[in-house]
Amino acid sequence: MAREPKNDPTDRLLSLYEGMLTIRQAEERLKALFADGEVPGFIHLSIGQEAVPVGISASLGPADTVASNHRGHGHALAKGIDLDGFFAEIMGRDSGLCRGRGGSMHVADVSIGMLGANGIVGAGLPITLGSALAHKTRGTDAVAVAYFGDGALAEGVLHECLNIAALWALPMLFACENNGWSEFSPTDRQMKASLKDLAAAFSIPHVEVDGNDVEAVEAAAAECIAALRRGDGPRVLECRTTRVRGHFEGDRQDYRSPDELAGLAATDPIARCRARLAELGVDANRIDAIAEAIDRRVEQAVANARGAPEPSFAAAAADVYTAAEG
Amino acid sequence: MVETRYGKAINQALHDALAADPSVILFGEDVGEAGGPFKATRGLQEAFGAERVRDTPISEAAIAGMAVGAALSGLKPVAEIMFMDFVTLAMDQLVNQAAKARFMFGGRNSVPMVLRTPHGGGLSAGPQHSQCLEAWLAHIPGLKVVCPATPADAYGLLRAAIDDPDPVVVVENKALYALKGEIDDSPAAVPIGRARIARPGRDATVVTYGAALHTALQAADALAGDGVDVEVIDLRSLQPWDEAAVLASLSRTHRLVVLHEAVEAFGIGAEIAARMADVGFDELDAPIVRVGAPFMPVPFAGALEKAYLPAAADVVAAVRRTLE
Ligand SMILES: Cc1ncc(C[n+]2csc(CCOP(=O)(O)OP(=O)(O)O)c2C)c(N)n1
Ligand SMILES: [Mg+2]
Repeated sequence: MAREPKNDPTDRLLSLYEGMLTIRQAEERLKALFADGEVPGFIHLSIGQEAVPVGISASLGPADTVASNHRGHGHALAKGIDLDGFFAEIMGRDSGLCRGRGGSMHVADVSIGMLGANGIVGAGLPITLGSALAHKTRGTDAVAVAYFGDGALAEGVLHECLNIAALWALPMLFACENNGWSEFSPTDRQMKASLKDLAAAFSIPHVEVDGNDVEAVEAAAAECIAALRRGDGPRVLECRTTRVRGHFEGDRQDYRSPDELAGLAATDPIARCRARLAELGVDANRIDAIAEAIDRRVEQAVANARGAPEPSFAAAAADVYTAAEG
Repeated sequence: MVETRYGKAINQALHDALAADPSVILFGEDVGEAGGPFKATRGLQEAFGAERVRDTPISEAAIAGMAVGAALSGLKPVAEIMFMDFVTLAMDQLVNQAAKARFMFGGRNSVPMVLRTPHGGGLSAGPQHSQCLEAWLAHIPGLKVVCPATPADAYGLLRAAIDDPDPVVVVENKALYALKGEIDDSPAAVPIGRARIARPGRDATVVTYGAALHTALQAADALAGDGVDVEVIDLRSLQPWDEAAVLASLSRTHRLVVLHEAVEAFGIGAEIAARMADVGFDELDAPIVRVGAPFMPVPFAGALEKAYLPAAADVVAAVRRTLE
């Protein structure tokens, strides 16, 4: 996706809209593929949360790094991961970004600074910390972003990372997608302290934003990331957002109240963005054309994945270690 | 050749690696200004600065995870976990992240990190500061594990580990830091995965690694007095281990004892014995005998720990069993 910075406010918003819609349409397609048995294993969709990675990625370049979690499709796509490799990976093909060895929870492309989704809650945090340490040690102005959910607040390693990032003034953005849920339990039954409390405990500036408002996320992230690039030390960006689907596909969500479920649609960041575009006078045809173009790219990626060979077992076995030279 | 000590050789290897490659950095608890809990990093912060030789908080999960992230972002980190017992706190990053990244990323990236950590008893350090947990790590596809027994190998294996594109755990032995030995004037890396014949012999083979090498050599001396000529193989690398060298020795002596300081049950010795019982079956004139620590935590009191640690007499008895 890697968008060029746009100066015109309408163009900028259109570009954010396109970024969110790409994630949405890719995930809607995955949802259908999963239901049809073309995606094995289990997948966690970020439908409703797209504004967070898109708003943040607007301030990121290719040298910046991100690490993600189990709900990582949006993080990867917003960082500019290749759509063909993305679909092929999740569909378990040899042309997948990870040659079919990782799947949905491990989509990665280190060459564009996407250090991997992750199956272990909280595990991307110290990896991001190390990446931020590398940026600082190498004297570049690159930054490292860790995407994590509110469920990760209860993992001890987060606390270790907040401390070290603050202590060493590392260029790390702690980007929390607070959707209120830790799997099947409300997070307020698991955490006494808030992320704001934790950030304060480690003397890290904490910014809270409506994570379903892409313009608000973009603006807040831009300020945080500018501070990181200036060498001002880490920032915590807490994005209040909404998990629309179940924890994973197939989760019937019996544990959510009918009221909550009924209210989900109203939070949609994409619908909000579209309304803003209309307010700005953007022609509906122009907006619809974006969806159509994405649809064509997604369908092409799915077709390419379907046509791609199964992964090679021998190649997988040969990649446990780097081959000896010579 | 010059004489040095095991700990000094580690220090020299780190020094030479830092000097040779600006992407090498060190971090761990007290490795900087204090020079390391066992003084292995003494003087390095002074020589290379606090940016490249960093004192970390007491945060083992973050230490291991930072090594992964830094390795994926252009550096060659050498992290230290103060006692091997504390790798328990770093296991997610070692097992789920470092070990699998290359495989999971489709072979497109590797994780050139090193984790140094000392194991071993004999210092009355008690149950949580003495364990030999290397078999856990050797069991994980994607990790490499080396365990030097001499100053020369402490230097050479550490240099090889830092040069290696994959994650390598360098297991040092606390009881060996003061050990003296010869090292080349300009020492080279020791290739990972190659064993060494520490003492040639004809009658039986003792395969071992780490501090137990010295126990094996004592046993070999004792047996030599009785006319039994023992070959001692120092594995040096545990994952990968030098199966060919062990098989070659077994093919000469036809008798095999495997010795380590770690708990005998489910250990490195079990793997070696099982492989040799398979690929070396036709060469064996006696059952393979393992010598290792008993199935109990490492005890504190001197008398208890002495009884716990495998001794030369145990090795002598094991070799005699293979000669019966
Ligand atoms: C270490 C670890 N513990 C538990 C799990 C199981 N698990 C996967 S996601 C999840 C909830 C995470 O919640 P949050 O971080 O808020 O992310 P969200 O699913 O809300 O996006 C749990 C408990 C896991 N994958 N890893
Ligand atoms: Mg959550």
